[in-house]
Amino acid sequence: MSSRSIGKVVGVNGNMVTCESEDKVLMNEVGYIVTGDKRLKAEVIRIRGNRSELQVFEMTRGIGIGDEVEFTQELLAVELGPGLIGQIFDGLQNPLPQVAEKCGFFLERGVYLPSLPKELRFEFTPLLKPGDMVERGDTIGTVPEGIFTHQIMVPFNLFGKFKIKSIKSKAEYSIRDTICELENEKGNIIPISMVFEWPVKRPIDVYQEKLKPTEPLATKVRIVDTLFPVALGGTYCVPGPFGAGKTVLQQITSRYAEVDIVIIAACGERAGEVVETLREFPELIDPRTGKTLMERTIIICNTSSMPVAAREASVYTAVTLAEYYRQMGLNILLLADSTSRWAQAMREMSGRLEEIPGEEAFPAYLESVIASFYERAGIVRFKDGRKGSVTIGGTVSPAGGNFEEPVTQATLKVVGAFHGLSRERSDARRFPAIHPLESWSKYAGAVAPDKVAYVSSVLFRGNEVDQMMKVVGEEGTSIDDYIIFLKSEFFDAVYLQQNAFDPVDASTTIIRQRFIFDWIIWILLGEFNLQEKNKAREYFNNLRQLFLDWNGCEWESDEFKSFESKIKQSLESNLTESFKSIQEAAGKRFKDQGRG
Amino acid sequence: MRKIYNKIESIAGNVITVKAEGVKYGELAQVSSAHGKSLAEVIRLLDDEVSLQVFSGSRGISTKDEVRFLGHPMKVSFSDNLMGRIFTGGGKPRDNGPELMENLIEIGGPSVNPAKRIIPRNMIRTGIPMIDVFNSLVESQKLPIFSVSGEPYNELLARIAMQAEVDLIILGGIGLKYDDYLGFRETLEAGGALSRTIFFVHTAADPIVESLMVPDISLAVAERFALKGKRVLVLLSDMTNFADALKEIAITMEQVPSNRGYPGDLYSQLASRYEKAVDFEGAGSITLLAVTTMPGDDVTHPVPDNTGYITEGQFYLRNGRIEPFGSLSRLKQLVNKDTREDHRALMDGMIKLYALYKEALEKKSMGFRMSQWDTKLLKYGELFESRLMDLDVNISLEEALDQGWDILSDCLLPEETGLRTDLINKFWPKNKAKALGAEV
Ligand SMILES: Nc1ncnc2c1ncn2[C@@H]1O[C@H](COP(=O)(O)OP(=O)(O)OP(=O)(O)O)[C@@H](O)[C@H]1O
Ligand SMILES: [Mg+2]
Repeated sequence: MSSRSIGKVVGVNGNMVTCESEDKVLMNEVGYIVTGDKRLKAEVIRIRGNRSELQVFEMTRGIGIGDEVEFTQELLAVELGPGLIGQIFDGLQNPLPQVAEKCGFFLERGVYLPSLPKELRFEFTPLLKPGDMVERGDTIGTVPEGIFTHQIMVPFNLFGKFKIKSIKSKAEYSIRDTICELENEKGNIIPISMVFEWPVKRPIDVYQEKLKPTEPLATKVRIVDTLFPVALGGTYCVPGPFGAGKTVLQQITSRYAEVDIVIIAACGERAGEVVETLREFPELIDPRTGKTLMERTIIICNTSSMPVAAREASVYTAVTLAEYYRQMGLNILLLADSTSRWAQAMREMSGRLEEIPGEEAFPAYLESVIASFYERAGIVRFKDGRKGSVTIGGTVSPAGGNFEEPVTQATLKVVGAFHGLSRERSDARRFPAIHPLESWSKYAGAVAPDKVAYVSSVLFRGNEVDQMMKVVGEEGTSIDDYIIFLKSEFFDAVYLQQNAFDPVDASTTIIRQRFIFDWIIWILLGEFNLQEKNKAREYFNNLRQLFLDWNGCEWESDEFKSFESKIKQSLESNLTESFKSIQEAAGKRFKDQGRG
Repeated sequence: MRKIYNKIESIAGNVITVKAEGVKYGELAQVSSAHGKSLAEVIRLLDDEVSLQVFSGSRGISTKDEVRFLGHPMKVSFSDNLMGRIFTGGGKPRDNGPELMENLIEIGGPSVNPAKRIIPRNMIRTGIPMIDVFNSLVESQKLPIFSVSGEPYNELLARIAMQAEVDLIILGGIGLKYDDYLGFRETLEAGGALSRTIFFVHTAADPIVESLMVPDISLAVAERFALKGKRVLVLLSDMTNFADALKEIAITMEQVPSNRGYPGDLYSQLASRYEKAVDFEGAGSITLLAVTTMPGDDVTHPVPDNTGYITEGQFYLRNGRIEPFGSLSRLKQLVNKDTREDHRALMDGMIKLYALYKEALEKKSMGFRMSQWDTKLLKYGELFESRLMDLDVNISLEEALDQGWDILSDCLLPEETGLRTDLINKFWPKNKAKALGAEV
C-alpha cells in the first residue's frame, strides 16, 4: 500500500461532511472520519480543489471541525464468495445478526464486521489443474453452499490471461486461505482465495452476450403471471400509494417465485416488515428444494431509521450480490422496497451539495441513475453457453399516490412491466390491488395470449358497463350488458383477486392457472338462461362462492375434484347450450393451447 | 474548558450563527439574552462558523448576547421520578415540581438492530369494534390517527390510552391546545392513570423550535422504560405541528424544499421517530399512537402522505367515526389469526359489502331505482354503521364478531356474503338459517 491520504473535517451539514486534504483524493472512494474512538465510514461524492464532500454512512453527531479523515483509495465495494446466502446484511454488507451479538439491541456507529468471516470453511473441489489457462470469471473449482454448487471464480477485476501455477486439492479450507495461484504474462504470481471484492456501483460485466428476456418467471400471483407477466432477466415496477399492498406483494413473491435465489433489498422501509421475513423464512420449507426459504434468500436491510447514505448504497449492494450469483448460471430475483426511498436518499444528498434541483427537488440525474440501476437486470449467456439472469422488481412510493411524479415516471420509462396498485382497489380489499386495466407488461406470459386478450376484453367491457350504470342506473342497462358486467366482476373476484394469507390461495402454479383460466374462458363465453337481473346476480354470486371455495382447495385433491364437478353441474343446468359445446367452441376459437 | 462567545454573527429565523472553535455537530449551547436563557443546538458547521437553532426562538436575541457551548448534545433525566410529572417540550418542569438532573440520557439515539426485533404478537384490545375487529391494534405498533381539526382525536387517544393494558403512558404534546392538554389530564386522572403517565407538553403558545424536541424526548424516555420491561404507550399530538416546525427550520437554512415547502428529508425525519416503536425481546415495548391532522382534509398532503408510508397503518377519524376505508392496521394479520376463526373472513367480507353499500348509496342519491340487492345493501350499511361503527359502541371483540354475523343474517342470504361455506355453516345464526346454494 502506498502512503495513505489524510484530511481534516472543515464542515458538517446533516450526513454530509466537508473535508480538506492536500493528498490525492479519488471520486467515490471510501474514507473514514475519525471522531473520538469511532471511525465512521463515508464516501467521497464531490471534489472541488482541495475540498471534498463525503456522505457519511452513520449519524454525524459529535463530529467536529478538525477531526481526521483517512482515505482508503478504494471504491465502495462488497465481498463476494461462498456464505452469502441466508445472511442478513445492512446496506454496507455488515452482517446484522453478528452486529447484534456484539452490540445488543441497538446499532452502534462505526462497527463494521466482515461479511464473510475467516472462520467460514468450505470443501473446495478443484476443476482445473496447474498449467491451465484462465481469465476473469472462469470457474476454477466449486464448494457446496447449501443447496447450491458455488463456483469459485477468477476474480472479476483480474484482467488478462493467467496460467494456473498451483491449485489446492480437494479438502476443506477457510474462505480466506489461498486456494490457487495465478501467474500473469509478466510472470507475477497472484494468490486467490474464495473471496474477492467488487465495487458496488460498477455492473459485473463478465459475460458474452446479454439476451432478450423471453422466458416467463412464475411468481404464482395469478394476475401477474396471466395478465402482466414478468420475464427472467426482466424488470418490473410496482408503484402504489401507501397501504395499497406493495410490500405484501413482494413478500409473497419472495416466497413463491420460481427462481434460484431471491435477494430482498429492504430499502428505507419499515424494520418490522423485514423482521417478518427474517423470522419466518428459516421456518418455511420451500417445496421445490425441501429446504427452508432462507437457504435461497439474502436480505439487505437498510430500514427507514438507519442512516440515509447507506440506504443509497443498499440497492447497489443488493444488485452486485445478484450479479455475482448470476455468474454461476442461476436465476436471481432482486426485490427492492422501495426505490423511492433510495431516490429520496439521492435527493437529500443532492440538496446538501446545493445542486440545481429538478422536479420536486430530485436531482437532474435521477432518470439516468434509475435507468442504469434497472439496466443491471438481464439474462446473459456466458462463454461456455450457460445462462444466468437477474430480474429486478422495484416498488415505487409516489408522493400522494400520484404516478405523475419523477420517480414513477423515470421508472416507467425503463421497466418491462408495470403493476400499478390502485387505492380504489385496496380500499375495496381487492387484493392484490394491481389495476387490471392500467397495468401492462411487455413480456410474454405462460397463458395463451389470445385467451388473455379475450378475457381482458370482457374485463374492459364490464368496466364500461359499470361506468355506464353509474349514469343510467341498473334499470337503464340491458340484461346482456348486465351479464357482461357480472362476468367481469366474477373474473375479478375469483381470479384477479388472490388471498395472500390463505395457505393455498396465496400461490397458484402455472399449471393450475392455465387450468382455472380455461374454466373462466368457458364461463365468459357461455350464454346463460338468465332473463332477470336479480336472478343473474344471484347465479353469479353462487358461482363465485363455488370458485372461492375451490381456490382454497389443494390442487387435484378430492375436495378440488368435487368442487370441479359441482361447478360443472351448475353450468350445465344454467347454460343455454351444453357445456361440452362451449368447450369445443373455445377449443376452436383459441388456437394457442398454452405454451410449455 | 468550554469557551464563551459574545458575538453573534447573524440571526435569521430561529437560527443564529457564531464564530467558534472546537464545537461538535449536534452539541448544545446556552444563549443568554435580556429575556432569559435558552438552549440551542448546533445544526451546521462550516470552517469556524457554527449555526444553531435556538429553542426559545430568536426573538429578542441581540448580536452581543452570550453563547456558551455545553460540550454535550441534548439530554433528559431518566428515572422513576418522572412518573406523574409534567414537563415542557424542552424537559423543564411545568408542574412546579423539582427540576430533575439525575441520570441524564441522550435523546435521538441509534435505531434498533432489525435482527434484534421480533414479530409483534400481542393484540391491544380497545373495546372499539372498528379497531378490534377491522384493524386490530398490536403492541409495538406505530399508528397515526388521520383527522382534521374539530374531530375528537384527542378524546379518542385518551380513550385508547385508558382502555389499553399498558404499564406506562407518555404523552408528547406538540403545539397542543391548552384545553386539550387539560382534557387529557382529566381523563387520565378520572381513570386513575395519572401516576403512571409522564407528560412532555409543548403548547401552541410555546416557542416553535422547542416542539422539535418533544418526540425525541418522549421516545428516549419510553425506550429506557421499555428496556426495563415496561409496556409503554406513547401518544403524540399533533405530528403535523412537528413537521411544520421542521419546515420552518429548513426554510431558514435555505434548503431546497421538495413538496409544498417541506424539506426533502421529511420522510427520514418522521421515520426515525416512528421507528422507535418496538417490542424488545425479553423486555418491554413501545407502542406509538400519533395524531396527524390533515391540512385541508387532504391525505395527499406531504405530512399525512409521508406518515402513511412510515407507519403500520392509520385510523381515519371522520365525522366522529373511524372510517373503514383508508383505515388500516398492517399488523392485524399477526394477531387476528389467533382470535377466532371467523375473525379474518368476517373482517374482509363485511368491508367488501360495506363498499357495495356505499355504491348503492351513491346510486340512490343520483335518483336511480333501487334493485332488490341495493335495498339489501342499504339496510346492511345502516346496521353496520349503527351497531359497529358508532364510537359509543364499547364491546369486546367476540361480541363484535357475533354482532357482525347478526347484521349479515339480518340483511342477506348466506351466499350473498362472499364468505366461505365452512364458516357460514358454523357461525350463521341458526334461527336465520337458509340452505346455501339451493339454486345452483
Ligand atoms: N394480497 C393481499 N391480501 C390481503 N391483504 C393485503 C394484500 N396486500 C395488502 N394487504 C393488506 O394491506 C396492508 C398494506 O399492505 P402493504 O404493507 O403491502 O402496503 P404497501 O403498499 O407496501 O404500503 P407502504 O407504501 O406504506 O409500504 C397489509 O397489511 C394487508 O392488511
Ligand atoms: Mg410497503
